[in-house]
Amino acid sequence: MEIKGKVFKYGNDVDTDVIIPARYLNDSSEKALASHCMEDIDPHFVNNVKAGDVIVAGDNFGCGSSREHAPLAIKASGISLVIANSFARIFYRNSINIGLPILECPAAAAEIKAGDEIKADLSSGLICNITTGKSFKAEPFPPFIQQIINDGGLLAHLAKNK
Amino acid sequence: MGMTASQKILAAHARLDEVKAGQLISAELDLVLANDITGPVAIKEFKKAGADKVKDNKKIALVMDHFAPNKDVKSAEQCKICRVFAKEQSIENFFDVGKMGIEHALLPETGLVGAGDLVIGADSHTCTYGALGAFSTGVGSTDMAAGMLSQKCWFKVPSAIKFELCGKPGKYICGKDVILHIIGLIGVDGALYKSMEFCGDGLKYLNIDDRFTICNMVIEAGAKNGIFPVDEIAHEYMKGRFKRPLKIYEADPDAVYDAVYKIDLSKLKPTVSFPHLPENAKTEWNEIAVDQVVIGSCTNGRISDMRAAAEILKGRKVADGVRTIIIPATQSVYRQCIDEGLTQIFLDAGAVISTPTCGPCLGGYMGILAEGERCVSTTNRNFVGRMGHVKSEVYLASPYVAAASAVAGKLCTPENI
Repeated sequence: MEIKGKVFKYGNDVDTDVIIPARYLNDSSEKALASHCMEDIDPHFVNNVKAGDVIVAGDNFGCGSSREHAPLAIKASGISLVIANSFARIFYRNSINIGLPILECPAAAAEIKAGDEIKADLSSGLICNITTGKSFKAEPFPPFIQQIINDGGLLAHLAKNK
Repeated sequence: MGMTASQKILAAHARLDEVKAGQLISAELDLVLANDITGPVAIKEFKKAGADKVKDNKKIALVMDHFAPNKDVKSAEQCKICRVFAKEQSIENFFDVGKMGIEHALLPETGLVGAGDLVIGADSHTCTYGALGAFSTGVGSTDMAAGMLSQKCWFKVPSAIKFELCGKPGKYICGKDVILHIIGLIGVDGALYKSMEFCGDGLKYLNIDDRFTICNMVIEAGAKNGIFPVDEIAHEYMKGRFKRPLKIYEADPDAVYDAVYKIDLSKLKPTVSFPHLPENAKTEWNEIAVDQVVIGSCTNGRISDMRAAAEILKGRKVADGVRTIIIPATQSVYRQCIDEGLTQIFLDAGAVISTPTCGPCLGGYMGILAEGERCVSTTNRNFVGRMGHVKSEVYLASPYVAAASAVAGKLCTPENI
């Protein structure tokens, strides 16, 4: 699956409360979640994001609450990939489970800037910054995890392979 | 190579003699949990998989606590989805208004979790039950759905950090100060993916509620779980509550740890985590005026916490302009507050007392902050916008410090009111 888009860049310890504030958790529809995605850290995100865009962040992305609404909101907003230096444990697992592509890549997380255009290949883990021409290599997920992501999440994957 | 206590519980539930850090295992679950926020998403996923019956209706708990009693139509619909599902699936442990309490206070109290259990919950603070010698961890709604379907979950076996607690804590020092101090020491990702195992001769000074508070907040250091040994204090708590036989796992003497920290409890001071991360732990500060105080939550809403607040508030009044909201975590704690005369103390002091709810902790309802307002709270997170406006501030503290701050009208330790 090839991914191409513009970068939204954030720092360390982006928590799930700023990704989708709890005041909006009374509605779990994807449309409602997407309309408030990143609201408390970047009020302009929702108006600027386009299908295929990419989030790049620092350490411990997705820390805090276990709300699966956080990766759901990011995915529903059109984001095609999140690259971070590291991910918080529950967010990491939730992203795979709902089929949101993520990659851990410290070099890419450090060097890619907001507004850069990048492309990435999930099966090889190759990330290319089209704006600067620089490439990075992330450890790709093993094929069975990639299959879960491609199928749209764990339970869709289980239903498909029943 | 020796195993940690956490690894032993995982090995037993995977029916393996031994596991190693990093190993992927599939393990049987004693209980899976969800609430009114994560439950509806789990139910949707459950149905998406084409499932019609849960694997074991006795090993599922659904607790309506976050936005219940319902704050609006949308949250009422969320609870309704859970209610209908619980009925359709004959889920025994469905806790609605009147029976419910804040999930991580309620499940131990009702004896649904205990020593040696393996529990997942679609709530990050599910790690609380480590206080009883269980392995419990937070997951998302999809893992919860898969847990209801199969009563199993896959795990990557964690390595561990050991915390040796020694010394006797001073007056007004409780579990909250211990865990805020530790998070300040190792940072919000200091235990990412790992277990935090607590031991040492200082444990005898930490009552069971202190331990629930400590395990509750290990997630704020990124940990997968926290765990205490099952000593007399833990036995005493589980006696008469936990119906299944206790299974006690101790770390092997040659268990390997990624790091070992020694914490002298006698040296701890009342500790407060400043905005906007739990790792910003401080013991000294300049004057900080306060608009609201919240005493409650899955971190500090148990009877010891209510008693601590009452000890400070007795015969005193909260300062003018400080909205003081006290939330006993369960119906039983609420009743105990009445029986022990604590509600009288709270009312006399000018505080309000709420039915159990997670409400204000996550900025749901029952105490939302306006722009520029500050709250001293016994809850667990002080992220940007956590309790309301993005320009409001949350200071995390013990019930002693929160009550003292309510009286002083500013962030204050009990010695200084």
